[in-house]
Amino acid sequence: MIDWAWIGRHTDDIWSATREHLVLTALPVLLGLILAVPLGILATRTPRLATPVLAVSGVLYTIPALAMFVFMIPFTGLTVTSAVIALTIYTLIVLVRATIDGLASVPRDVREAAEAMGYRPAARLLRVELPLALPVLIAGIRIATVSTIGLVAIGVIINVGGLGRLVYSLGFQRNFFMTPIWTGLALIVALSVVADLALIAVERRLTPWSRGR
Amino acid sequence: MVQGPLRVDFLTVLADWISDPARWTGATGIPNRLLQHLGYSVGATLIAAAIALPLGIWLGHTGRYGNLAIQITNVGRAVPTLVLILLLFALWPFNVAVIFAALVALAVPPILANAYVGIRQVDPEVRDAALGMGMRGTQLLREIEIPVAIPLIMSGVRTSAVQIVATAGLAAFVGFGGLGRLVIDGVAKGFRGTARGLPEVVWGAVLIAALAVLTELLLARVQRAVTPRGLRRQATPASEIPSASTT
Repeated sequence: MIDWAWIGRHTDDIWSATREHLVLTALPVLLGLILAVPLGILATRTPRLATPVLAVSGVLYTIPALAMFVFMIPFTGLTVTSAVIALTIYTLIVLVRATIDGLASVPRDVREAAEAMGYRPAARLLRVELPLALPVLIAGIRIATVSTIGLVAIGVIINVGGLGRLVYSLGFQRNFFMTPIWTGLALIVALSVVADLALIAVERRLTPWSRGR
Repeated sequence: MVQGPLRVDFLTVLADWISDPARWTGATGIPNRLLQHLGYSVGATLIAAAIALPLGIWLGHTGRYGNLAIQITNVGRAVPTLVLILLLFALWPFNVAVIFAALVALAVPPILANAYVGIRQVDPEVRDAALGMGMRGTQLLREIEIPVAIPLIMSGVRTSAVQIVATAGLAAFVGFGGLGRLVIDGVAKGFRGTARGLPEVVWGAVLIAALAVLTELLLARVQRAVTPRGLRRQATPASEIPSASTT
């Protein structure tokens, strides 16, 4: 069922597809994070903004990935840029919500205690609220990362690389050749599991106070 | 590709494409594509609900094996639906059951998890009161646990249905119809000049997105309608992080 010799001959292809998949996942998650955290903070500070921000992101999230990819074509063509923008919109939605929920999860007495200790708002945000919001935020990053790993596969429609190309171009389009299909699938699942475990490890590192609980 | 910013003539091209009578008749017309899309979506949602609802409710009622079941379905979520469709189609070529199987696999986890959590989250005091009143087994389940859990159970069905509608477009990847066909055909025609594949792609995308939003709105109303009156005023959780992707 699996042609191991084919895998041996194509390690370069497999490796470059995996690398592309990683870049196409990491970029949207990082860009989404850079945009979402300030937006989430802003929405928390001005409650009037929170409802529209959540409503708009809720509607954006219902747009199918297939559609999101092709909406970008008039602007940025069949390029990696299109894929990164489309994927960033999805991560943004998840991460804005995670930031808002994370900041909302900081207990009120902690916030008041910080204020009583003389923290100015900016310092309180950086040293008290954001660190305490981390578990919820990282839970959001985990969802965004794992779903992006899956969404990158749809990028084959606009011809971006990644493991979807391995499955589609090297397997499916070549007379249903199963070896690249199984290989791509196994690597996508492996990437998701490894990325998720890595983020759990990062969370444990960044929130030492929650250990041992 | 459109040169420079979107121009008015592009909008004209879009309007011309959709108002062409040829788009509205025959096997490749929009009504037929819409019907195919709805067929996959409704069928897959019903099958997924028929599998996941009884299982989730039963797991929640007995309280056993629930976390195990959720863990197993979560691992399944890492498999992108497109890859699953390609794999199943390669194994069983030209069998439309492939589309249903892939969409059902996508939809089962949210329904199962919400049904399980919904039943588990029934206030123990409410359950105790019902037990004290002499309710047992299925009566407790039917008259107390399911009605109280209905908002969560329905929100799982809603999430799944919207994901299915959004994802059913992928059926066109393997030659089955649906609204995704417009997108795939348009991409195949290319984008040099606005008149070629672009209007088809844009309309396909717009129609799928609109159908997904409509599904969300419709099922939100259904969810309200089937919620027992006493529970309606309770606010639903304000901001739920979407649990899975529209892969």
